Amino acid sequence: MMRSMAFRKTKNHLMTLLMLTATVAVLVPLGLIFFHILKMGFSSLSLDFFTQIPKPTGEEGGGMANGMLGSLIMIAGASLIGLPVGIFGAIYLAEFGGSKVSTSIRFAADVLSGTPSIITGMVAYTLLVVPMKGFSGLAGSVALAMIMIPIVLRTTEEQLKMVPGSLREASLALGVPLWRTSLKVTLRSALSGVLTGVLLAIARISGETAPLLFTSLGNQFWSTDITAPMAAIPLQIFNFAIAPYEDWHRLAWAGALVLVTIMFCLSLTARYFGRSRHNG
Amino acid sequence: MTDKVQLEEVNIHFGKTHAVKDISMSFPENSVTAIIGPSGCGKSTLLRSINRMHDLVPSARVTGKILLDNGDIYGRGVDPVSIRRRVGMVFQKPNPFPAMSIYDNVVAGYKLNGRMARAEADEIVESCLKRVALWDEVKDRLKTNAMTLSGGQQQRLCIARTIAVKPEVILMDEPASALDPISTLKIEELIEELKTRYTIIIVTHNMQQAARVSDYTAFLYIGELIECGETKKIFTTPEQKQTEDYITGRFG
Repeated sequence: MMRSMAFRKTKNHLMTLLMLTATVAVLVPLGLIFFHILKMGFSSLSLDFFTQIPKPTGEEGGGMANGMLGSLIMIAGASLIGLPVGIFGAIYLAEFGGSKVSTSIRFAADVLSGTPSIITGMVAYTLLVVPMKGFSGLAGSVALAMIMIPIVLRTTEEQLKMVPGSLREASLALGVPLWRTSLKVTLRSALSGVLTGVLLAIARISGETAPLLFTSLGNQFWSTDITAPMAAIPLQIFNFAIAPYEDWHRLAWAGALVLVTIMFCLSLTARYFGRSRHNG
Repeated sequence: MTDKVQLEEVNIHFGKTHAVKDISMSFPENSVTAIIGPSGCGKSTLLRSINRMHDLVPSARVTGKILLDNGDIYGRGVDPVSIRRRVGMVFQKPNPFPAMSIYDNVVAGYKLNGRMARAEADEIVESCLKRVALWDEVKDRLKTNAMTLSGGQQQRLCIARTIAVKPEVILMDEPASALDPISTLKIEELIEELKTRYTIIIVTHNMQQAARVSDYTAFLYIGELIECGETKKIFTTPEQKQTEDYITGRFG
């Protein structure tokens, strides 16, 4: 009896240790990334980084201000396209669907969200860059929207389905049409959860590089024209990191730090909204 | 007394399940009719067909006629939304809108359908809350969230919300079954009060409650209408053996 007890205890400790090791193995790379980006990026951050555009080769200094602006414009554009499509599509699936059509839409969305993002870029290239005879911020926005739509669609649908049916019925029984009920009661009740999904989708696309390579291309100068090539932070990081200049590498690290910080903040905000829903 | 709602050979199917079988009966105006029967006998299903709540369930099929003031609510071209404005509903579990204040809940029927004038809203809120005897309890905190109220208060708020949109008929689906005895008593007093203006149809599994609040009673068993008539008669000298067995507690 005592021996088997001791054996079980040893086994318990061993398993605990194993799982602890696995957890550490997960956390170490994450910690290393953060540590490395902080170490390399922080020293290169300066006011210039946020206000200047890249300097010509050989000149010191410069920043990624045009990339930040470009990213902002393209993310805004992608949201403008992707959010209405994703959210209204989700309302359809959750409230009006229930047929074979909905099942196919769901399946298509799942496939789309699993599609490598470089393919999304190629599609946007064929659809927009080729006919428009040039790379553009618009094409970049469309490519990003294509990544955004399935994420927003599925998370929103899940949130809408969690709204108790009794609320929907309460509204309908008051003589409120179904579409108004969907918007003002169901969507309203699921709002914080929907917002979480939206923020996570934005965080996801703000770091996408591959779909922009074919579409917005990048730009060394200020550009706010969505029909012209446009700079973006991930693109600039890519271009600067593969260049053979030490000071460009430093700029790339600073860009990486800014990008990671933005995504970190977006995820934190998303978590905040997610949590307040469960408590309230 | 005229009949406000009449059912003519109403059948309700959910897919292959035949939930309500060939029911014909009428509900007199400005009276309370109770629908009683054991669990699963189709009483809630029947009730929900009277304001077309089954329209949202794809597998549900309602046949026969349901006449509201002699007009078939399932007739061609009849908008279910317009029917629901005339036939309000109070549910088993109090379901105020959780994101809204007490005030907004009362006028939810108006606000969800568009905007309304402030003065008019104030008036409706006060009069409806007074009629459900909730005004004195909440008048100092109208702007607080409706979920801060007790269960019984929430249910009275839901009734206030229902009468705020001026329905003609009020359907009540076991409105007091989730409440404590004191709250139940208040709801029953309220029903007594409301019948002067509305036609009330109440589903209940509590026979004492049916006997207390209703003028007419219908007894349903496995989807069929066994007997209906004046409550006094149903509870004292029922014609059917099954009814007698049920109300004396021999089954159900």
